[in-house]
Amino acid sequence: MRVGLFVTCLVDLMRPSIGFATLRLLAHAGCDVIVPEHQTCCGQPGYNAGDHTAARELAIKLTLEFADCDYVVVPSGSCAGMIRVHYPTLFPDDSEPACRVRALAARTYELTDFLVNIAKLQDVPGSFSGNLTYHDSCSGLRELRVKQQPRTLLAQLPNVTLKEMAQCETCCGFGGAFSVKFDEISSRMADNKARHIHASGANTVVAGDLGCLLNIEGRLRRIGDQATRVLHIAEVLAGEEGHVPCK
Amino acid sequence: MQVSSLKFQRNAGKSLKNKILQGALKNIEPRFVGARREAISHLEDFEAVRSRATAIRDQVLANLDQWLIRFEQEAQRRGAIVHWAETAAEANRIICDLARQYNVKKAVKSKSMVSEECGLNDALEAAGVQVIETDLGEYILQLAHEPPSHIVAPVLHKTRDEVSDLFELHHHLPRKTGIAELCQEAREILRPHFISADMGISGANFLIAETGSALIVTNEGNGRLSTTLPRVHVALTGIEKVVPTLEDATTLIRLLPRSATGQDITNYVSVLTGAKAADESDGPEHFHIVLLDNGRSKMLGTKLQAMLRCIRCGACMNHCPVYQNVGGHAYGWVYPGPMGSVLTPSFAGLAATLPLPNASTLCGACAVVCPVSIPLPDLLREVRHQQHQANLRPWLERKVLAVWAWLALRPIWYARYTGLMSRVLAWLGGAKGRLTWLPGVWTRERDLPAPAGQTFRDLYRKRDKS
Repeated sequence: MRVGLFVTCLVDLMRPSIGFATLRLLAHAGCDVIVPEHQTCCGQPGYNAGDHTAARELAIKLTLEFADCDYVVVPSGSCAGMIRVHYPTLFPDDSEPACRVRALAARTYELTDFLVNIAKLQDVPGSFSGNLTYHDSCSGLRELRVKQQPRTLLAQLPNVTLKEMAQCETCCGFGGAFSVKFDEISSRMADNKARHIHASGANTVVAGDLGCLLNIEGRLRRIGDQATRVLHIAEVLAGEEGHVPCK
Repeated sequence: MQVSSLKFQRNAGKSLKNKILQGALKNIEPRFVGARREAISHLEDFEAVRSRATAIRDQVLANLDQWLIRFEQEAQRRGAIVHWAETAAEANRIICDLARQYNVKKAVKSKSMVSEECGLNDALEAAGVQVIETDLGEYILQLAHEPPSHIVAPVLHKTRDEVSDLFELHHHLPRKTGIAELCQEAREILRPHFISADMGISGANFLIAETGSALIVTNEGNGRLSTTLPRVHVALTGIEKVVPTLEDATTLIRLLPRSATGQDITNYVSVLTGAKAADESDGPEHFHIVLLDNGRSKMLGTKLQAMLRCIRCGACMNHCPVYQNVGGHAYGWVYPGPMGSVLTPSFAGLAATLPLPNASTLCGACAVVCPVSIPLPDLLREVRHQQHQANLRPWLERKVLAVWAWLALRPIWYARYTGLMSRVLAWLGGAKGRLTWLPGVWTRERDLPAPAGQTFRDLYRKRDKS
């Protein structure tokens, strides 16, 4: 099966290792992976700021780039939600481009959702060992119903203990532009998240969205926690956390 | 009530630093979130009741004018008089005229957020009427000269200690500290007012079209006293509150108290129909119902129509992580939290409420608990879209997004720009691998984990070649 990897702009810029971890997982699942070279951003920043024109243009661009893929896989619930849930609302008519966008939306999946429900991955290649706690990122959880999928995959790692934190479904305060427009509220929400992470007793926090991870890690470090590891689910599942080839 | 939503950011900052408020806000989780979860679990099939409730509300909104006319006919047939107010000012004028007409000196009120929306108390006082709030929370706020901070629990922001201080100051009685004692003291102060009032003012949770009744749910009994003891009863509510039948109202009541306070049902459910008849001994001699538009009808037929389903349970704010941290006053008007951030711009104007729809991470917790399935994050995005279309977003934000979109549509430039950013940020991050200062606000409250120095795109291309 031909799978297009949509890396996301945040992973491309801020943490390429997540992209490579995703590649390893998809290859391990037997997928024939392509990475369209000219991909950029799904258009969510503009869409959430009320600019539908820019979002539509980027949706068309992305649709063309992934046209020949059976599936599009995204290591982010937020960007996958943008494509799967919000693109169709931007293209409600019966024109040909609109039908194509909606068809693409329907075959777009968040990474763990794809691995569990489409690729039916039974053995993850990672070798992570230790205890961790999982933060359910909002868009993946509520727009795409990603809840059990990462836990199912983590359960395949024999040396991982999942220590659930309280309020693991409560927003970490990232929210894209919210985190800079309302930084004080955002950081208070991240403080609450940090408190629950610490109370869980886990020394690693894992999530499926890099936005949340940057917010949580940024706040943990600022309040003096240099020890808690903050990892993307793909990094944990693929092993060799943080590894990038040819650096 | 004055709209101060433009100061959201500053007021939210103050709320975050206010230790007393933060202490009070900690009650939301156990008292509302936990209680709702428990009460919803008592329903055999929450989703089925919820979709029935949603259908009832949609059925009304699809033909709101006709349901309102039906309501008016049935209410008037049973001796109530229905008034139509297009604006808050008109509602106030109608009620002040009624007060004059019936020579009203004192009015007792049960809790009504629509009356807060209108600023009715100020209008009545200016017309020479003494107004007494009789809902315990609203009474406390009247003593404190503060607006409500929650639509169901208006005094949620105050602690018991603050209430003790207020009562001591205003009642000139020995200071009480127990909740039961404080309630008893308020009851003793309020009882003579119920008896001496000429007018009772209430809201209405639902208007029943088939019987012309106004239905209110309350917990303290003040609603019944306010609506039945005085000679005149005025019910003020929004035009969207109409439901076709009593049975429809009972479906909604299965959800309203459960969603609001975690009760299976409120202590009182009062169905108020017509004025006192010749052969009846209780009830008001005159029953007036004032139906307020104030921006609601403008939402019909738009992408915001679903907001008019709202039954004012407050679950969206109780579950909103922003509301939970800053409380209701920061939002700057009667309706806080997610529902308010959709309603207030429609009622008070987009320009006066710019921060509201943006003061949300769009986490979606509100939509999950809404008993009438209002897609609140979608509606918040829609209000953002309206702001964008009206050119109301700040210049800098528009430019940043325009540059981003321009780059994202031009992959070669985009690759150069992100490649440069990655190198610069990695260099600034240094050995620590994180940045503690950057221009802009990200690093005011948190560090930025530094990137790898090369983008995924660059690394992937190199890997291909190797």
